[in-house]
Amino acid sequence: MKISNQMVNNRENREGIKGWLNPSRYGWERISYWFQRLTGVFLLVYFIGHVYETSSLVHGENAWNAMLEVTQTPGGHIFLILVIGTSTFHSTNGIRLIFTHGGKGLGNPGRPDYPYDALSLNYRQRSGIWVALILAAIAMLYGSTVLFGGK
Amino acid sequence: MLGKKNNRNDMRKIDDTTKAENTRQMVILNVYRANTYRNDLPRFEKYQIPIQRWMTVLDALLFAKSYLDNSIGIRYSCRMASCGSCGMKINGIPKLACYTKISELEGNTITCEPLSNFPHIRDLVTDFSQFFEHHKEMAPFIHNNNADIRDENRLSEFKQTPQDVDKYLQFSYCIKCGLCYSACPTVATDTKFPGPQALSQAYRYYADTRDHLSNRRLNTVDEKHGIWRCHFAGSCSTVCPKGVDPALGIQLLRGHLMGFSRNENTIAKLRDPTSKES
Amino acid sequence: MEVLYSSGENRTKLVEKMMLKESQIMKIHYTTGLAALFVVAVHIIVRLMTPSFGLSLSYENVIKNYHNIPYSILLESILILIAIHGFNGLRIILLELRQNKRWEDGITIFTIAATITIIAYGTRTIITANWLG
Repeated sequence: MKISNQMVNNRENREGIKGWLNPSRYGWERISYWFQRLTGVFLLVYFIGHVYETSSLVHGENAWNAMLEVTQTPGGHIFLILVIGTSTFHSTNGIRLIFTHGGKGLGNPGRPDYPYDALSLNYRQRSGIWVALILAAIAMLYGSTVLFGGK
Repeated sequence: MLGKKNNRNDMRKIDDTTKAENTRQMVILNVYRANTYRNDLPRFEKYQIPIQRWMTVLDALLFAKSYLDNSIGIRYSCRMASCGSCGMKINGIPKLACYTKISELEGNTITCEPLSNFPHIRDLVTDFSQFFEHHKEMAPFIHNNNADIRDENRLSEFKQTPQDVDKYLQFSYCIKCGLCYSACPTVATDTKFPGPQALSQAYRYYADTRDHLSNRRLNTVDEKHGIWRCHFAGSCSTVCPKGVDPALGIQLLRGHLMGFSRNENTIAKLRDPTSKES
Repeated sequence: MEVLYSSGENRTKLVEKMMLKESQIMKIHYTTGLAALFVVAVHIIVRLMTPSFGLSLSYENVIKNYHNIPYSILLESILILIAIHGFNGLRIILLELRQNKRWEDGITIFTIAATITIIAYGTRTIITANWLG
């Protein structure tokens, strides 16, 4: 994209990071974008930590047990429940996004008429967001029964 | 109200006689004031405006400009949501001032700020140069290899069915008001992202059966900072005042890049006016 | 692929020809995401199938899992798919923050290096654990 450096200067007035950190003004799709980003970064951090924690296996049983003492705690379980919820949301919403990014589920263009509601922001694809949130909640509930189930 | 304006934050009140004649209720306009070229510190100034039924934010601003403070910088033209000049943030959301009634806003204080993501000039006025440059990069014109506009004998019209027109019509209603560009979370940080308006116009011409530049348009948007930086946050379509639904256009264009959609364009035929066919 | 070595400009063209288009990168992103979903689901189901979740994390039990070759292949595929998907997602977020050549090239190199590093580190764990016990 050929934009001159002259146009990119200090008076740009761009919202910056706080622009995409604030999900409150524009509806469900913006909130799902916000959650998808946050859950993605969170899961990446968890993934790196998980690869690191499982590598303690190669240092023997003592190292492994020491790792378990850190992670198999109430705090560790709560963190894992968060991971379960975020991964469920990120996956389900991601599947919704694969379809919507390809233009599926958004309807067909036509002649706009008052009140000029946007066709793409329809309940069919929007319900995918709610399904993702509900599934995440259910997964977190199930995860907590397994982790805190006391077996 | 002539002469040099002082830097004040106090409320401007109209005189009692005018208040008695016109007032049903009052609102406070909280207007962003700054002159970027003079490095003025930004500030908000409040103006108390008597409102009448059906009054728009633009009416209120022009009242403030006419009777309270004539130095308010504001861009407007048609006053009927047709030109797109009066775009600004009203209570934090990009809207057209002429198309936003005071009665549909909550509270007694209305905050008017310049559109975000546009370089600021003065008060409520912003610079649209970068926005228009992004639009130009999409080659926003019909290019047809068969149409020779230099040869008058071959001047003819394209044949398009109403269904062909409907494929792109809503995207042609764009008035370049910039509200979508201001609302977009990617534009908030990515200076090279063309924005929802430019991308939806790329689709408008891509979907037009008269156009032969489809591959070039796809190559233009298939870049690191192109169409793939749209994440369907939907804010553009939420704020669009004309029902253009730029998010739809962008996702449909991306569908062609992803291979989800077959290329349904059959290039429109030229109708020869000298022939007898209708 | 034409090999051009005569000048700096030709070297740049060579690099550009080798680089993936953004549409290709995003197709990989979507594919790895979908594939990762399946393999992670299998991974979780395997973990949940053991009678006690706590006992399943004992050293002997975990080593026994790594001796199971199909399970090890499953873990390796999770590692590769999620590393690619995750770091490409990070690349996308970071690309939007700043736009200059140095930053963009740095982000590309960083994400490729990070992906290779995490895959290598995790593969080392899988192979070593396979040899243990």
